[in-house]
Amino acid sequence: MRHLLSAADLSLAETTRVLDLAEEMAQVQARPVKKLPALRGRTVVNLFFEDSTRTRSSFELAGKWLSADVINVSAKGSSVSKGESLRDTVLTVASMGVDALVIRHHASGAPGQVVGWFEASGIDAHVLNAGDGTHEHPTQALLDAFTLRRHFRRTEPDRDTFDGLVVAVVGDVTHSRVARSNVALLRTLGAEVVLVAPPTLMPSGVGSWPVATSTDLDEVLPEADAVMMLRVQRERMSGGYFPTPREYTVGYGLTRDRLARLRPGAAICHPGPMNRGLEISADAADAAGSLILEQVAAGVAVRMSVLYQLLGGEDLPTNRGDH
Amino acid sequence: MAETGTAASRLVMDADQIARACARMAHQVLEANRGAAGLVVLGIPTRGVALAERLAAAMTEVEGVPIPVGSLDITLYRDDLRRHPTRAVGRSRLPAGVDDAVVVLVDDVLFSGRTVRAALDALGDLGRPRAVRLAVLVDRGHRELPVRADHVGKNLPTRSDERVSVRLAEVDGVNEVTITAGPGESGDEPGRAS
Amino acid sequence: MSEGQPGEVLVVGADLAGAGRADLLLRDGRLADPATAGAGAERVDADGLVALPGLVDLHTHLRQPGREDAETVASGTSAAARGGFTAVLAMANTDPVTDTAEAAEHVARLGRREGHAQVVPVGAVSKGLAGAELAELGLMARSAAAVRVFSDDGHCVTDARLMRRALEYVRAFDGVVAQHAQDPRLAGRDACCHEGDLSGRLGLPGWPAAAESTVVARDVELARLTGSRVHVCHVSTAETVEVLRWAKGRGIDVTAEVAPHHLLLTTDEVAGYDPTYKVNPPLRPAEHVTVLREALADGTIDAVATDHAPHARHDKEHAFAEAAFGMLGLETALAVVLETLVLPGRLDWAGVAARMSTTPARIARLAGQGRPLALGEPATLTLVDPAARAVVDRAASASLSRNNPWHGRELPDPVVATFWAGRATYRRG
Repeated sequence: MRHLLSAADLSLAETTRVLDLAEEMAQVQARPVKKLPALRGRTVVNLFFEDSTRTRSSFELAGKWLSADVINVSAKGSSVSKGESLRDTVLTVASMGVDALVIRHHASGAPGQVVGWFEASGIDAHVLNAGDGTHEHPTQALLDAFTLRRHFRRTEPDRDTFDGLVVAVVGDVTHSRVARSNVALLRTLGAEVVLVAPPTLMPSGVGSWPVATSTDLDEVLPEADAVMMLRVQRERMSGGYFPTPREYTVGYGLTRDRLARLRPGAAICHPGPMNRGLEISADAADAAGSLILEQVAAGVAVRMSVLYQLLGGEDLPTNRGDH
Repeated sequence: MAETGTAASRLVMDADQIARACARMAHQVLEANRGAAGLVVLGIPTRGVALAERLAAAMTEVEGVPIPVGSLDITLYRDDLRRHPTRAVGRSRLPAGVDDAVVVLVDDVLFSGRTVRAALDALGDLGRPRAVRLAVLVDRGHRELPVRADHVGKNLPTRSDERVSVRLAEVDGVNEVTITAGPGESGDEPGRAS
Repeated sequence: MSEGQPGEVLVVGADLAGAGRADLLLRDGRLADPATAGAGAERVDADGLVALPGLVDLHTHLRQPGREDAETVASGTSAAARGGFTAVLAMANTDPVTDTAEAAEHVARLGRREGHAQVVPVGAVSKGLAGAELAELGLMARSAAAVRVFSDDGHCVTDARLMRRALEYVRAFDGVVAQHAQDPRLAGRDACCHEGDLSGRLGLPGWPAAAESTVVARDVELARLTGSRVHVCHVSTAETVEVLRWAKGRGIDVTAEVAPHHLLLTTDEVAGYDPTYKVNPPLRPAEHVTVLREALADGTIDAVATDHAPHARHDKEHAFAEAAFGMLGLETALAVVLETLVLPGRLDWAGVAARMSTTPARIARLAGQGRPLALGEPATLTLVDPAARAVVDRAASASLSRNNPWHGRELPDPVVATFWAGRATYRRG
């Protein structure tokens, strides 16, 4: 793995490798000495064009626990406003001699463009997509898969894939990079995916995605082995996507009443941060089947695993197309 | 020494010899430790784990108390990570804490000593054992670091370009140790120097 | 500015826009009887070449004044001449905006002084392109710049009442309003990818076809109401073509242009998030490209206009959604038309002459351009080699910018020479 730009790029074998290694990395979290020497001497830069304390700290810890040198560069408000192009910004950072660039950007496709500019300039740094616009957030999908796999293994210890399982992804799919990455990864793992949203929040062309779609959450819930609730932004109301928050909650929220419709043992996920009371009720967030806190804990282990996959071996020469 | 296998490889330990070596080492460990107190047996994947389980089972039978046994993967502590493509990492399963324990590291072949060095580093990050002992099935010489085994199944002088292969029933279906002549990697598992 | 040879040029054996082979004598800026050619006349062997009236581009961005780092009147018209153009209409979204007579005359003067082609300023419809109040359309028309085409291109005139007033007002001086059709409520400033499968997958804000066709539908109704003529810029969708067919069938005075990139490139080019392919309106799926080609061939779309949009490198080196919109087009326009329509036999040379010279000149009310290649007419023509081909090299461009979507592609390389009022503004080799 040279870069990690998209969950859709990961095969089942690669995904399994990442998740298995994350299990090993997770043990480090419980140790008194939270350190592994594997990435000693490597430099990782977190280049975040969007605020995100949670994801950025997660990457920072992941790198540091692997003994890498990690620095955070907040580029929020730079580039466009200062007239410096994105290309200039990333080449400047990379020319300091970084081994990996973890990049979060508000525009879809930015990390892929960065890879193109690096290759054209002969820069070898690995690029890790920490979330690009509404396009993808591959490490989120990996930590969701990690958490779900552990959950399913509690009743089926030998489960390696999600074959035969139904996962419902509910909410603002159109604007969700978490949804796109999860659809790709869940499908790779063999799950059946159902997207549930009001028609205005379904992406254009969703008919060609390898998923089922529904506008009726109540019909889908009893069939689901896991429900992934997406964050809905109140700002979407000003775009006229739905009339009021209360109408959204009645139609698409995981309310206390809806909890009863879930199968016993069904998992509840949310990528956070939650709008308690809007897309997810407090009861659901704290329910027995809720994996939300586990998801948060899984983030560091999964990101350690990914950083190791990218940086833990020999430096390969720049190879166009090798991502 | 019986001679079987291909023309280029010869058998140096058969199933019987391996079994007796394991039994002997189990007794030696208990003797050196004056009993089972504080013992934690950790095998280094892959075949070290099978050997560790055999030793622990033998010790458990002698002592009548269960001896904690597990695995310690050292891949992330290797000193040659950056010379190869990203290596797969094995499982670490610690049956008990290592603080103040007498940790018995178990591996199949002792060669350069670098694997043991990595294992000591890994143990250091896990806690502070009271003591660390090393039990290996085969010591083939050619140490590159000042490491020695406390308990050895068989001392096997080798040329550095020969290849020592340990096969155990739990992993390979048979129990035997063979030497293959000619240029090759040191150690049996791909790319793993012991 | 004198370029090329003063004195006579005798073009021998050119195919006159498909009408048959003849000789052409260029003397004192006009076409004279070839039999009277002097001994010192420069002979140009045009065997195998086609002569077209000089091409006229209804839609160019010259960027001067304001963004001389991206293009100037000199560099832009130099690119135009290379592409076989002898006249370009320079859009008003400069800095300052061309919304007064003074601004229009400034651009016209720049053109006279430094242009390698005739530069005709386009006047804004609304002050500052803000879409609120009419700009001084009449003063611009009366000025030395003689503005006849008005456009807020870059922005859509969304206010129906303002559009109606503009359409009515320009009738007084035979002007035309050229609309950039984009309903901002359906396709806002962020919209950058045809709304469809790809935009949903890539997570790019979608630009639905309906955002264009609904505006065109409204504007043709306004043209009908006012009895005025209206022109549609850069038609990009099959839906708009349907509206145009309906309107023309009703006798509504509407004309339309299509850009070369919409005749060949599809939205799939955007899959790699390369800002070179970011343009407004966006590239569309193949079904639309097919309909646009048919429409240009059958005359539903009247003209090819380049929408040549140079950008400094740093304005394109951003994330796709934040990069500037636009592509270069002057030097490759004829090549693309050749490739997509002439070579497959959908359009002949007379058709090319109509769509790239005569009709645009008529829409813009440009005297002296798009004239027949006949005795006494201006010596404004382009010599074209239908067979030559080359791989496009963006570095070998007369434009100051490099945002060229054709780089690396093998296309016809037709333009051999361009003459404007008798003087050679471009010669190959």
